[in-house]
Amino acid sequence: MRVTLFIPCFIDSFYPKVARSIVQILERLGHEVDYPAGQTCCGQPPFNSGYWDEAREVAVRQMAIFRDAEVVVSASGSCGAMFKKFYLELFHGHPQEAEARALAAKTSEFSEFLVEKLGVRDVGARFEGKVTFHDGCHGLRELGTREAPRELLRAVKGLELVEMGEAESCCGFGGMFAVKYPQISTAMAEVKCNSIIETGVEYVVSNDSSCLMQIQGYLSRHSPRVVKSLHLAEVLAAQ
Amino acid sequence: MSTAAQFQIDADRTTADEPRRAAVRKALGNYQIARGRTESAFASWPHARDAAAAIKYEGVNHLDRYLREFEEKFTARGGRVFWASNGAQARDYILRLARERGVKSIVKSKAMTSEEIHLNDALEKDGYQVVESDLGEFIQQLKHEAPYHFVFPCMHLKREEISALFQQELGSAKTDSPEELTMIARRALRRHYLDAGMGITGGNFIVAETGMISITENEGNARLATALPRIHVALVGIEKIVPRLADLALLLPMLATAGTGQQLTCYNSMYGGPRQPGDIDGPEEFHVVLLDNHRTRLLADAEQRDALHCIRCGACLNVCPIFKNIGGHAYGTTYQGPIGSVITPHFRGLQDWKHLSGASSLCGACTEACPVKIDIHHHLLQNRRNAVAEKKVWWERWLWAGFRQLMKRPWAYQIAVRLAPIGQVFHHLVLGTSLDPVRPWTKTRDFPEAAPQSFHDWWRDRKVVRK
Amino acid sequence: MSRAAQESSSQGDREAILARIGEALREEAPRHYETPEKPASKGVTAPFREWLPPVGKTRKDQVALFARQSETLRTEFRECTSVLAAAKHLTALAKELEWKTVALHTGELTTAVAGKLPKDLGTLMVDGGYEKAALEACDASLTECEAIIAQTGSVCVTARSSGGRALSVLPPHHVVIARKAQLVPDLSAAFELLAQKYPGDYPGFISFITGPSRTGDIERILVLGAHGPKKLTVLLVP
Repeated sequence: MRVTLFIPCFIDSFYPKVARSIVQILERLGHEVDYPAGQTCCGQPPFNSGYWDEAREVAVRQMAIFRDAEVVVSASGSCGAMFKKFYLELFHGHPQEAEARALAAKTSEFSEFLVEKLGVRDVGARFEGKVTFHDGCHGLRELGTREAPRELLRAVKGLELVEMGEAESCCGFGGMFAVKYPQISTAMAEVKCNSIIETGVEYVVSNDSSCLMQIQGYLSRHSPRVVKSLHLAEVLAAQ
Repeated sequence: MSTAAQFQIDADRTTADEPRRAAVRKALGNYQIARGRTESAFASWPHARDAAAAIKYEGVNHLDRYLREFEEKFTARGGRVFWASNGAQARDYILRLARERGVKSIVKSKAMTSEEIHLNDALEKDGYQVVESDLGEFIQQLKHEAPYHFVFPCMHLKREEISALFQQELGSAKTDSPEELTMIARRALRRHYLDAGMGITGGNFIVAETGMISITENEGNARLATALPRIHVALVGIEKIVPRLADLALLLPMLATAGTGQQLTCYNSMYGGPRQPGDIDGPEEFHVVLLDNHRTRLLADAEQRDALHCIRCGACLNVCPIFKNIGGHAYGTTYQGPIGSVITPHFRGLQDWKHLSGASSLCGACTEACPVKIDIHHHLLQNRRNAVAEKKVWWERWLWAGFRQLMKRPWAYQIAVRLAPIGQVFHHLVLGTSLDPVRPWTKTRDFPEAAPQSFHDWWRDRKVVRK
Repeated sequence: MSRAAQESSSQGDREAILARIGEALREEAPRHYETPEKPASKGVTAPFREWLPPVGKTRKDQVALFARQSETLRTEFRECTSVLAAAKHLTALAKELEWKTVALHTGELTTAVAGKLPKDLGTLMVDGGYEKAALEACDASLTECEAIIAQTGSVCVTARSSGGRALSVLPPHHVVIARKAQLVPDLSAAFELLAQKYPGDYPGFISFITGPSRTGDIERILVLGAHGPKKLTVLLVP
């Protein structure tokens, strides 16, 4: 299968290892990976701030980039949700509505792609460590991703998966929310990180790098060296 | 000071109140357990939600027909209906009624509509003694504070605080027993039920088919307030309509499950008129004040009309991480939490109240918890869009215009990405100072390091190598 | 009802509000639900039964369910072999709890039970009217009901069946006497029963009582007897 990667802008610049890991895993499973070099941003930041005209302009361009893809895999739940759900709202009643629908139909978030589309749970990974999983809200509630990441983690040799009390609670990132309402955002990070630390794990894993930026940012400042954060793809790429 | 600025100040204060946050978290953690247990007893909670959503959709989307039907059935049995376009009309009607009937004291059961229109203030100014009978509301009334949560009005208080309050206001003895505190309130309120000339309630549902107002409660105070005084006034938002009496067989258990994790609330009572011929007791008069107060404005917004399906269970508050961390008072308005953030702009002005829709990570827990499937968190997003369409914020307009220009030019975007590690060196120099462009972040969290090589460049190099 | 009578019992901005509603509803709202398919075998009397918690198939199951719910709710539930046995239990309660006065209404069951209570136990009959303070001073009330509901452990009372509005809520201990035949599976069945019994002319007051009065307002800790009765006893006779 030819898999076309949608790599969000912040993964491109801050967490390229996540994207490299995805390439590694897909090629290990025998698929051809494509990455349209002209992709920039899905438009989520202006969209969430209510600037839908600006978001639409960026999104139109982004949609065109993926027009010829057979299958699109997103490295992030929140940006994946833009493709799968919010573009339909953004382009409702616009000429690009049909294109948005087509894109939504062929896009999957990474863990959903492995488990639901490829039927794979064991990607041949080995990772020693006690791990807890944080559900990114967009992936969880917009895309319905809950079991897939856990099934993948359970198949990793040497990995012990532990659930935290606040697994499904929002980490507090929320895009611009994190800087517009920093006191609330930080309070939410505190609740999340305390729940993580309580489990006694060495690693917190998520399928959303923006969540990991928030969680790691709080952990580094308040509880350095207690827990490390990793993207799901980095764990699955480990051997 | 603007409402948005006040909100930031209040949120600063309440998010720093660690003991209060912990108490709220504990209380709502217990709610989650109870709700989980009760919800799982349903044969199919998802189907029940769809059915409940369908009932409210039908009611609200034929609101005129069903309100007419209610009025016809209700007035046929001696009930009186007053249609209030706004709070002032509702207040005036109730004040006039109390005056004309020579009422001296009034007993109230929980009615968020009365908070909404500041009814108590108006009644007290006119010289009536108004006593809140719901325990949580009674406590908040003694404290001169608004309810913290529209289902659990004093959930933020510890028993020591309540004891101190009772000692001061009621002259009771110090106690750390919730049971004793409740009995103190029970004794204090007893006489008010017997003496009051008027009982004012809200209403959970307006039943069109049979002309009834349905009231849900655990304590029995609404039953007492509507059994003994000679006048009953129910102040109810027009959106509380349900088409048929039998619809309550679904909605009452769902209200209880989602609201408190109970299978059914202790008292669910339907009032279909004043005392009827042959009845042993009951009020001589029963007035229903139907309150519009901007509900028709929300009704006209077809995209967000389902916000009027709300049955005021409070589930969205209970699961909201924002509510849990800032508390009910920080919202600064009658209806708190996610649903409050959705409707307040419609009721009180979009530009003044859009910040409540902005103060959310859009996690969607509210929408998931809602028993009638209101699309709550998407409405927050729509409020943001509507606010921008009405009036752009100057610095955001430039920010997103610049963003758009950058993201439409891949070469410019890639340069920006390549410059990120260099820019970060300069960022380190101003980190945490007033020159730091991301100071709201770095004040409490570390900022990630930009990678030496972007994924884009890694891919490009890899392609070259592979060739 | 005549137009004039209707107008006098309705006031305010009726026409303006209805006009605003009509105008607002011209645009259709999106639906965020799927219309649930109802299994063909279910009748209209139980429109929601297939999604609510199960109600038990047989009457015996339902009595057992009511008993279990009562235990959770802290309702005292007792199956009595006869009206006489019910009266005996009530007498024992009155003695144990030192009741001086019991309030009640006239009814087939209540009158039968009252006749068998000790002569030194005062009674207050509410049928012709009552003094509020006198009712308030009673230790307990005895009422009949419309139905008892298995699924939720609830008792359905109305102004007509149960001595008015205050009798079942003002005194601190409410005792209900019901016949086994009054047990219905769920709320839907109870509403159906009311519709059959009072076609087009419902009582002005209906209440579903589910356990003794309670509150969780203080630190979310359960306390019984907030304002309504602290104790609820349900006596089931054949």
